[in-house]
Order: sequence, then C-alpha cells, then structure tokens
Amino acid sequence: MSVFRRRAQEDFDPTQPLVATGNLGRRHVVSRVIQSIAVAAAVAAVAVLVIVIWAVVSHGAKAITWDFVTSGYPTGVGPYLVGTAEVVAIATLMAMPIGVLIALFLSEYAGRRWTRPVQLVLDVMNGLPSIIIAVFIYILIVAATKQQSGLAAAIALAIIEVPLIARGTQEVLRLVPEAQREAAAALGVARWRGILTIILPAAAGGIVTATLLSVARAAGETAPMLLLNSLAKGDAVQLNPLKEVPNVPVRIFQLSEEANPEGFTEAWGLSLILIAIILALGLGSRALLNRSKRKLTR
Amino acid sequence: MSATPPAGTASLQLARSNRQSPARKRVDRFGDLALFVICAAAALLALLVIVLIAKEVIEGAQPAISRFGLEFITNSEWAPPLEQFGGKGVILGTLITSAMALFIGGPVAISIGIFLALLAPVSVRNVISPLVEMLAAIPSVILGFWGLLILGPVLVNTIEPFLHDTLGFIPLFGAPQTTGNSVFNAGLILTIMVIPIIASVSRDLFMAVPRDLQDGAAALGSTRWEVIRGVVLPTTLSGMTAACLLGLGRALGEAIAVAQVIGGATESHLSLFKPGGTMASLIALQFPSAVSKLHTASLYYLAALLLVIGIASNLLASWVGQRFGGAAGATR
Repeated sequence: MSVFRRRAQEDFDPTQPLVATGNLGRRHVVSRVIQSIAVAAAVAAVAVLVIVIWAVVSHGAKAITWDFVTSGYPTGVGPYLVGTAEVVAIATLMAMPIGVLIALFLSEYAGRRWTRPVQLVLDVMNGLPSIIIAVFIYILIVAATKQQSGLAAAIALAIIEVPLIARGTQEVLRLVPEAQREAAAALGVARWRGILTIILPAAAGGIVTATLLSVARAAGETAPMLLLNSLAKGDAVQLNPLKEVPNVPVRIFQLSEEANPEGFTEAWGLSLILIAIILALGLGSRALLNRSKRKLTR
Repeated sequence: MSATPPAGTASLQLARSNRQSPARKRVDRFGDLALFVICAAAALLALLVIVLIAKEVIEGAQPAISRFGLEFITNSEWAPPLEQFGGKGVILGTLITSAMALFIGGPVAISIGIFLALLAPVSVRNVISPLVEMLAAIPSVILGFWGLLILGPVLVNTIEPFLHDTLGFIPLFGAPQTTGNSVFNAGLILTIMVIPIIASVSRDLFMAVPRDLQDGAAALGSTRWEVIRGVVLPTTLSGMTAACLLGLGRALGEAIAVAQVIGGATESHLSLFKPGGTMASLIALQFPSAVSKLHTASLYYLAALLLVIGIASNLLASWVGQRFGGAAGATR
C-alpha cells in the first residue's frame, strides 16, 4: 500500500502530529469513487431483478384467468401445472432420503479421511450442467426403452436435487450441539438410535428448508424436461409418470421458439405462475431456516 | 444402581429403557451397522452416478470420436444432412459468451460482495442480499424468454448500433443484424446468471475477513478503499478465484436460456452481434430432432467435452480453495 511505503521513506518522527499529506484529498476521492461503484453495482443487480420481474408480472397478469389456470390445451395450462408438480414431487421423494443420508454420512461417519472425497463428489455433482445429466438419463433410460417419460425426467431432476439437499442438511447437522451427541452416548443410547431420535429431529427444520430450495430449483429446470419429457400435448392431465407428462418449463420453451403473439402471452402467464411459486418457496424456506437456526443456536 | 431414582423425567425413562439386555444389544449392534451401511451406500451412489455419467456420455460419443477424432475441435463445418460435424463454431461461441459473462459479471459481482459485506449497513444488507439471491432463483427458461422478447429488441435498436459505430474497428463489434438473437444477447443473459452466484460467495468471503486486520489498516490511516485493496482483497484472492470458476462452470453449461437468445447458428465467427451457438445450447436445440446416429453421437461428443471442462473447472475451484486457503488463512 502506497501510503505506508511513503511514510517509511520519509524521516518519520512519531512525536510529530499526523498531518494530511498532499495526496490525502486524492486518496479520499479514489475511495469515494470506488465505494460509489460498489453501490452502483448492487443497485444495477437489483434493477435487473426488478425489470425482469416487472416484465413477467405486467405481461403475465393479462393472461391469467380462472379458465387459463384450470383448462387444458389450447386455451389453458392446467395440465402443465399438474404435470410439473407431479414430476418434481417424484424427483424430491427420490432425492430427499439420499441427500439426507449422504449428509448424515458426512457429519456422523465420514471422519477426516472420507469427508473430502465425498464432499468433492457432491461439489462436482452440483456443478454438472443440467443438460449433461439430461443426456445421461436419455442414454440410460429413454434410448433404451424408446419412450420419453415423466419418470426419466424425475430421475434427472433428482440427480440435480441430491447435492443441494445434502449440502443444506449438512449445514444444519453441523449446528446440532456436540453436547447432545455426548449426552446421548453417556445415557447408553446406541449410536443409530441417537442419530435417528435426537440428531435428525433437531435438524428437521433445516432439512425441510433445503428440500424446499431444491424443489424451487427443480421446478424451473428445463434441459432435463426438454430431452426426456417434452412430447406431451397438454390437453389432459397425465398422472401416469411412465408416459410423457406435460410440464411448464418445456411449454414456455416451445412457445418462445414459435413466433406467435398469442403463444407469447400464454408463456408470460406461465412464467408468472412459475416465478411466483419459486419465489414463494424461496422466501418460505428462508423464514423457516432462520427459525430453525435460532432454535438450534439458542 | 440398587437405589432406583424416582421415575418421571424423560431422561430417566430413557436411561431405564436403555438397560442392556442381550436382545437389545443385538438389535443395537445390527442397527449401528445398518445405518452406517445405508449412509455409506448413499455416498457411494453419488460417486457411482458421476462415474456412470462420464462412462455413458463418452461411450455414446464413441462413433463421432472415432470418425472425427480431435479434428472435431478445429473443424467448423456442422452440416447434419452431409454427415459432416465439426464443433469449432460452438466451442468458440461457448468461450466468447462465457468470457463475456465472467469479464462483465465478475467485477460487478465482486463489487456487490464488497458493498454487501463491508459498506452497507446491516439493515440494507438484509434487504439487498435476499434480492440478489432471488436473481439466482429465476428459472433460466424465463430469463431466456425475457432476453428474447425484451432485451433483444433493445439491444438491436440502440446498444448494438452504438457499439458498432464507436468500436466497429474491433472485429468483435461487427454490423448488427435484424433480430436481437445474437452472441451478445446470450453473453448478457449469462452475465445476469453468473452475478448472483459470484456475489453471494464473495460476500461470505469478505465477511469472514477478520475485523482486527481491517481495523488495524484503518488505524494506520488507510481510507476505506485502501483497507479493501490492501487487506480484504489479498486475503480472499483464492476464494474469489474459486467463486469465479464456479460462475464459469455455470456459464459454460447453461443450455436453455442461451438456446433461446443466441439464434442457433453453428458457423464459427467472432462477431458478437451475429447469431451463434454454444455447446450446451446446440445440444438442447438439436438433440430432440437429430437426423442420424452420427448426428446424435456428435452431440454426445460435445456433451463429453462439456463434461470434461465442467469437472475440470470444479476440481480446479476446489483445489484453489484448498491449496491457497480461504479467508480463514488470514488468522493463522
């Protein structure tokens, strides 16, 4: 830092009072300018968020009517909404136990030696582009059975959700006081009973939070749906996950590829519903996380 | 234990129920083992999935790899009807869009991190932080749709002509096209996606820099910026590098939003304002309608390249974080 070096070069007399050197004004100006740049960057990010959300709300609100939400193709989007909920629910049912078990392995069993490799696997899994996961499941299931299905998409979404749930759970498990584990052991409780009856319940809030967040992420994932589950027409609700299930992201993508103003309106309406659900899940999970953290760290 | 304490409290009941009978011991021994095995199996399953993904994708790409070899990377002709596949155009497109996202998004995101962690009062931080994270929660398909309908026209009517007129001598800023679907648009959308990721990681990094170090520098007469440049940024350099690599991984792999705004071209060119393609977006656009086995295999080839780059950037991020320590290293 230039300011310290310059002081050292001069004859520095500690008894002298500190006097502003000639460039102090300039240093303050530089500091102010950089601080305003930082503020401007934050303002810009919030502005982009507001602009995007405003566009979705203002265009989407025109499309939304009761009939739009409940009826099927071509006038409404009901089956897409039900289909997305169905696929995401199946994915979450698969991902949640696996994610929680991995987190338990990391916090209770792994020890020094195994934590790093498992953590690394989770990080890599988290960083995998969703299109690659989609291609993988396509080769494994769709190409083998020659049939697109909601289940195939759900498996791909589960692979996306597992690292998110595992990481979130791991963070709350870390907050469970060591004293509780020791107290359980001192009372002669076997380890597995301690984990199932003391540690997991204490972390339940965090697990639910992580799951909600991963649901929010999965609901908007388009690449797996596009490759694995995109052929349904959407004129009726499809509850059988072994068939193609109509879903929201693919519908928005398809409508955006067609140059059709009415289709655009429908896509805006769908976007509004999707974004509202995702943001509600995000806010809800945040509130829940704060509550359960307060409980644990009290 | 002959004098039995009065019953009643939960812990006493628990202790009593835990009296060791042989049957109970057997159950516990089995339970311990079972839970351990299940947990370890889940962790193993995650590893297995990663390995399987690599194996299947590379195996699927085999026909294209044996036909085109490494020339695939340098050949720019992508013509499905002629069975001619070269990935140079989309690889270049991937590099340009990701670089754009990183060079614009990185500094902006780090500035946001500085603002949130060091400059903003707590009340402001508590409002802005969730908003920035909300930006990350917007699904890519909606962001791409917005880029297509709202951002594209704005770019093609105002910003692109301006950049072409002022900086047109650089080949990057070629003549604008008639639609807003361009490499430039895709780069901006990726920038928007990358910013919240890097911003929230760097905010956490900056908040972990010990207060004492900053106060010390301030007491020596540093201005706010000098504290940041002299203390905060150097101690978090490795963490910021890792954060940027994470953002890069996201930008490289984003398929849907890019597919919506980039225009779906495959030829190789440097102009930002022409339609282009990226590896991930080409897979999303052409996979459902692939015309031949070789076409599909070539798309798998792209996926395999993407996978290698993605895993490499992840491992590099983790290695940088480990090797050069996080902000916690400053306290040692």
